[in-house]
Amino acid sequence: MQSFTRGDSKAVWIAVALSVFLFVFLVLPIGKVIYVAFQNPHTGELTLLNFADFFNANLFRQSFFNSFYVAGMSVLLATLIAIPLAYYTTRFNFKGAVLIQTLGFVPLIMPPFVGAVAMVLLLGENGSVNLLLDEWFGFTIPFMTGLNGVILVESIHYFPFILINLSAALNNIDRAMEESAQNLGARGTRLFRRIVFPLAMPGYVAGAALVFIKVFDDIGTPLLLNINNMLAPQAYLRISSIGISDPMGYVISVILVVFSIFSLWVSLQAMRGKDYATVQKGGGGLAKRDMRAWEKTSCYAIIIIILLFVLSPHIGLTLLSFGTVWSFSVLPDGFTIGHYVTIFESASGYITNTLLYAGIAATADVIIGTAIAYIVLRTGIAGRKWLDYVSTGALAIPGVVLGIGYLRTFHDFQVPIIDKPLASWWVIIAIALTIRRLPYALRACMAALQQLSVALEEAAENLGATKATTVRRIVIPLMSGGILAGFITSFATASVELSATIMLVSQESDAPLAAGIYEFMQSSAGRGPGAALGMIAVLIVGLGTYLSHHVIERSKRERESIAVIAEEAKTHV
Amino acid sequence: MTRLFLTVLAATLFSIFNVLSTSPVAAASGKLVIVTSYPPDTTETVKKAFEKKHPSIKVEMLKKKTTAGIKYLQETSSNNTSDMFWASAPDAFEVLKGDDLLAKYSVKQKGIPEKVGSFPINDPDGYYKGFAASGYGIMWNTRYMKAKKLPNPKEWADLKDPVYHGHVGMSAPSRSGTTHLTVETVLQGMGWEAGWAEWKAMAGNFKTVTERSFGVPDGVNSGQFGIGIVIDFFGLSSQASGFPVEFVYPTVTTLVPANFAIVKNAPNPDAAAAFIEYLLSPDGQEVLLDPKIRRLPVNPATYAKAPKGFPNPFKDKSIGAAVKFDLGLSKSRYNVVNSLFDVMVTYRLGDLVAVTQAIQEAEAKAGGNAAAKKLIAEAKALVAKVPITEAQAADKSFNAIFKTKRKKATTKVKGRQAEVEKEWDDMVVANYAKAKALAEKAMNM
Repeated sequence: MQSFTRGDSKAVWIAVALSVFLFVFLVLPIGKVIYVAFQNPHTGELTLLNFADFFNANLFRQSFFNSFYVAGMSVLLATLIAIPLAYYTTRFNFKGAVLIQTLGFVPLIMPPFVGAVAMVLLLGENGSVNLLLDEWFGFTIPFMTGLNGVILVESIHYFPFILINLSAALNNIDRAMEESAQNLGARGTRLFRRIVFPLAMPGYVAGAALVFIKVFDDIGTPLLLNINNMLAPQAYLRISSIGISDPMGYVISVILVVFSIFSLWVSLQAMRGKDYATVQKGGGGLAKRDMRAWEKTSCYAIIIIILLFVLSPHIGLTLLSFGTVWSFSVLPDGFTIGHYVTIFESASGYITNTLLYAGIAATADVIIGTAIAYIVLRTGIAGRKWLDYVSTGALAIPGVVLGIGYLRTFHDFQVPIIDKPLASWWVIIAIALTIRRLPYALRACMAALQQLSVALEEAAENLGATKATTVRRIVIPLMSGGILAGFITSFATASVELSATIMLVSQESDAPLAAGIYEFMQSSAGRGPGAALGMIAVLIVGLGTYLSHHVIERSKRERESIAVIAEEAKTHV
Repeated sequence: MTRLFLTVLAATLFSIFNVLSTSPVAAASGKLVIVTSYPPDTTETVKKAFEKKHPSIKVEMLKKKTTAGIKYLQETSSNNTSDMFWASAPDAFEVLKGDDLLAKYSVKQKGIPEKVGSFPINDPDGYYKGFAASGYGIMWNTRYMKAKKLPNPKEWADLKDPVYHGHVGMSAPSRSGTTHLTVETVLQGMGWEAGWAEWKAMAGNFKTVTERSFGVPDGVNSGQFGIGIVIDFFGLSSQASGFPVEFVYPTVTTLVPANFAIVKNAPNPDAAAAFIEYLLSPDGQEVLLDPKIRRLPVNPATYAKAPKGFPNPFKDKSIGAAVKFDLGLSKSRYNVVNSLFDVMVTYRLGDLVAVTQAIQEAEAKAGGNAAAKKLIAEAKALVAKVPITEAQAADKSFNAIFKTKRKKATTKVKGRQAEVEKEWDDMVVANYAKAKALAEKAMNM
């Protein structure tokens, strides 16, 4: 047990503040929702009856199985997409790397439901590809039929989680490890199997767990593809059609929450007892080498095929946003820029709102994420792990449920000065996004800190630095890559979040992009403008991602100089 | 004292003047918050036209799905911030009226008839008003029909034909207020048992049951399936947007008004009144003919300005005349019908489609084989079976199971929705499986 220094007491205050925030905006609203699951709808007393009903119903059991199957298959497919991309970018020197790392994020920045619309047009039963196949070869491929469609859309949408985390992990592997292994004679697959793979494992598991949980509780995609027999859509359907008082929706929510927390716990268990911290950070990453000509060709070929595949929603969306009428044909009948004109005339408010909400949410997320990561990994505060568990638990809360919880909890709370219920003030949307995206930022910050050896901080403190100085001068700069990755992930995904925001938008002037796109997509004449708005969303966030990538690269160079100092410090110790 | 008296008198006179004045709304200003289920194409167009007429009023549209809109108004009623509710399905307004969430209002505009088809345009109790009429029908994608060599359907019964197997889409009544009306119309037009049999025979040909009502025209427009069961303006506006689609009203359809109402304790009731008066005025009614909106106006005079071929229910008496829609009956079993449809069709579509295909194949093969025909008839009867009778569906205490909101803590209800639905589901799955076995047996005869 560490002695109780001034720095620790500060950390305690921060921990208390964080706990209060999480309690008010996550635990309390969800607690209200969970309470209903255990309440007899007619008598109001506490009961397990609703759960008995759930497990007795064939439909719910089937939904449970389908959700599990889809989530598992999506992780598998997402892994198959992510591994080559991560491997090529971290292992070789070639110009395509920046392209991959930027384009690799792009799927995340499109609302999955928009992706599904575009994918249906391209790959659906009567989509472009199948119309062509049918005409030329007389057969079609059921890419999008039934659960296949969900798996395809989800894995294309969420594979960047694996890509980001895996690339970060690969980049953080100490080159010395690889070199030692090579000195000891390990080569090729053996080197990969015994050194690279185990060292990259924490990153991969973190990403895969995220994908699994996100797919497990995604609502929009299955609903848009008209798949009802899955848990999350059932919860949504129950709550939104039968009513806020139907207990089944809440029971499903509870089961989703429990199961997601359980799978996170399993992934934590798998990682247990494996210390992956490496001391040296500066020359991070595996040794990169140049590729031979034939390698380069096949590498580009594989990458182009994968990128074409994962960018198919964007290709479809581009066509849709410039197309006039696209109906049962390979391509739209004609092309126009009219939809963009419509959008610029009427929809700029959506864009400003999105930048505002997602900006607030992502900033708050990395601040909270860094603080929690530090408290959990570097202090001895009792119950500190609960900060991690609770904020990660937000991942398992379907957006609609969070939205309903907020409506219930905060509607009667008047915000002073502006005199409006908190539930209908735009700030609540930013808070909902903060809570919804906190787990992403937190994972990234945790991973960054986990890979940072505590020896560096101890060295700084031995040299007389206070805790606060150490955090400011050593920890945060060395974590910056992870923090930025967390910011990007939170920002990008918050800008396209729909499920919680759609419940909380109380007036049109507060609506963010995703809600705008969703609204446009609800009418025949609105499909084109909706797609155009979607393209603008993709461009804005894509640009943001690209810029942040530059910032990461720059801070990496700065880190290198810090690492040199650290290296020196180490040799002096 | 005198001064106070005069003030009161002035205020009273002023309010009387306001009530009597033909345009009390000219004075309205400020923000008007409208909760609506309509897409931006409709709301933006109407909003622009309205704000041009009333520059002092700023309209805020709050988009919610009908069911979500009801829930939103219920959840926020303690601290209401909305002025109006504007949506299609009259039964949604009935629900709000039942919860005492609407305010009464009497329309000043003249020239709106009492009824459209056989349906009263305004709520007899004075809470909500109709501004347009909507009928339900069938739309199809002409390119799809040509490519798959399908004939154009005309009546609901046509959709039972095996040629349409896997080509039809519809939304679920629990998901969309307008679809609920379609389902209820057929049930009322053909009777409980026959109506459900008809629905299941049609649903056996479904490709999908969409989550949103717009999912149907969207699927037809993009050619994901050929035929959709939709509300008229989806078909008409898709056509007006250039999609290769057509729309037809079957005989068994009903014209119902699409409505708006002022919310109880509205922050700005004057602006809401101004909106109602505007949309019912000749100018406002004409806005409904905009290619992006294409709804049937309730003012018969407006049809003179409609494009050629636009349906006119005030002239063409056959539209919506076959069924006298009973709103009370619909309301009495609203949740039960939704739940039955979900259990029998939405959630078991795979089973239903499989058994229907088996029956259709067996029928094609049976020819004059009497024994096979008998088995097929048995199979059809099994598929058609409804778990509960019409009387039970409308039974008050049975319906209470589906209204889980407790009015009082002491209210006791027997049975739970999940329990009842599980019973139905077991029965439905068993019947579909049995029917499939029978049809397969008939096929091998």
